[in-house]
Amino acid sequence: MNRSASAAAGTGRSKHRSSFLKRWDAPIAGYLFISPWLLGFIGLTAYPMLLSLYYSFTDYTLMEQVSWVGLENYEKIFNNDGKFVQSVKVTFLYVLASVPLKLVAALLVAIILNRAVRGISAYRTAIYFPSLIGGSIAVSLLWSNMFGVDGFFNKILAAIGIQGQGWVTSPDTALWTLIMLTVWQFGSSMVIFLAGLKQIPNDLYEASSVDGANRFVQFFKVTLPMLSPTIYFNLIMGVINAFQMFTSAYVITKGGPMNSTYVYALYLYERAFSRYQLGYASALAWIMLIMIVVVAALIAVSSKYWVFYENDGGGRKGK
Amino acid sequence: MTVKWKQAVRHLFMIVFSLIMVYPIIWWVGASLKTNSELSSPNIFPSIPQWSNFTDGWKAIPGRTFTDFYLNTFQLEIAVLIATLLSCTLVAFGFGRLDFPLKRFWFALLMLTLMLPGQVLIIPQYAMFHQLGWVNTYWPFIVPHLLAGGAGGTFFVFLLIQFVRGIPKELDESAKIDGCSWFGIYWRIVMPLTKPAIVTVMIFCFLWNWDDFLGHLLYINSVEKYTVGLALRMINDSQAGQQWGQLLAMSLVSIMPATLVFMFLQKYFVEGIATTGIKG
Repeated sequence: MNRSASAAAGTGRSKHRSSFLKRWDAPIAGYLFISPWLLGFIGLTAYPMLLSLYYSFTDYTLMEQVSWVGLENYEKIFNNDGKFVQSVKVTFLYVLASVPLKLVAALLVAIILNRAVRGISAYRTAIYFPSLIGGSIAVSLLWSNMFGVDGFFNKILAAIGIQGQGWVTSPDTALWTLIMLTVWQFGSSMVIFLAGLKQIPNDLYEASSVDGANRFVQFFKVTLPMLSPTIYFNLIMGVINAFQMFTSAYVITKGGPMNSTYVYALYLYERAFSRYQLGYASALAWIMLIMIVVVAALIAVSSKYWVFYENDGGGRKGK
Repeated sequence: MTVKWKQAVRHLFMIVFSLIMVYPIIWWVGASLKTNSELSSPNIFPSIPQWSNFTDGWKAIPGRTFTDFYLNTFQLEIAVLIATLLSCTLVAFGFGRLDFPLKRFWFALLMLTLMLPGQVLIIPQYAMFHQLGWVNTYWPFIVPHLLAGGAGGTFFVFLLIQFVRGIPKELDESAKIDGCSWFGIYWRIVMPLTKPAIVTVMIFCFLWNWDDFLGHLLYINSVEKYTVGLALRMINDSQAGQQWGQLLAMSLVSIMPATLVFMFLQKYFVEGIATTGIKG
């Protein structure tokens, strides 16, 4: 209320301006201010997306003339492309394993950390640090050395009497070393959860313990529901990011051994930039987009049943 | 007493857990000073530190040193940071402060692009930049950031909009009465008050461009323009894992900028992640 009142006072005083300027001043300025983004959206997002949709129906290769091939690329991908099937399998396995593991680790450690009052920032620093550097090629190189046959991980196993193996070079375990690398970086999700936990009003816990709820019950009846919007957000962003996983698979395993880490982004990259089949790769990119949209939509639909918003009950004012 | 015990157990758990988390990094520091034969021994620190891993690694690529690669990377980073600072704050002011037709529509599109998987755009953007002759230049990184895009651009705009919205509007109303233009309000009033959010944006812009390996891989072809990440990959590919000490030493150096930024600007990190849910 206050705001619009003072706004009215403001326009009242500048009456001497021409009415044209008065009416169009803010809209023109507004469009000028957002013009960088608007140009970028049109030129670097909307147009390229349409372009890639068009390419997906052609045999575009950067060099030659583009010719329309209709649905040929899509037909080949779905009927006659073993690598596509393999990369979809690997990617789904990676997403299904890494995203939940990362979220569970982040949530549990956040809850413990939230209770340990003193020294919280030191722990938070230690746990966040891997996420700070984890996306870099440097850490991928570290990982491929650590999980090699002669690597540091096998030495630790040997010390406790377990016979190690070449974790990166075995088709059964290679993907799991990449999953571990991802889960190791749960720190940034944890920081988000910590912020979410701070938002939960203490009286909810007090009221529930008066009602005789123990810590375990409180976790499921208070903490989880109150944190569910944060979990939902982390889940959606985690899934979108996991589908696009590239660097560690490219650097550590190069998709091998026996294509066991051949993630979708790697396949897309290879088709597009090793073989320069940009038309075919564009079709792959659109299939990827549709897969991500479908999975995100499923999560969004399911959220009705498990995400709890405080203002559902209408008890609180505002957002 | 029991409360104290519980607290002690919790701390013990957290200490052990934190150690496990940073253990690979501690090992990494030791390994960067080891010879190849010592790498597979379980001790953390080498018997004789091989400082030559750093000096030889620095010159591991014939004809170039890492000095060149760091200069390249910092050049790229500075250009991208300036571009981001200009474009994202302007756009955020527009969305956060001004009313114009279709604003809700554009804002909804902005939110939608926030979720858009970047890999869908890689091929057509590559084709466009290829036609413009921008392959093997830094323009494919700078121009998108000038247009409030690039690595994390939409996130930055979103973060800044949220922040600008929180600044009391009364301030610009009174400036308007004093005859201040919209640009003046942006430049003299809103920008200075947005500083904490701008620092957060700059930090993440720096980090994400540092780690934008796929982007560098696509657009930078010649060794004289290589960034640090590409140089590391080149050593890894050419030596077939023979000089692990050097490779790990150079990798360790390459995470130093991020580490220093983190150490000195930690509070902006935590605020940035916590308030917007940015991925780290």
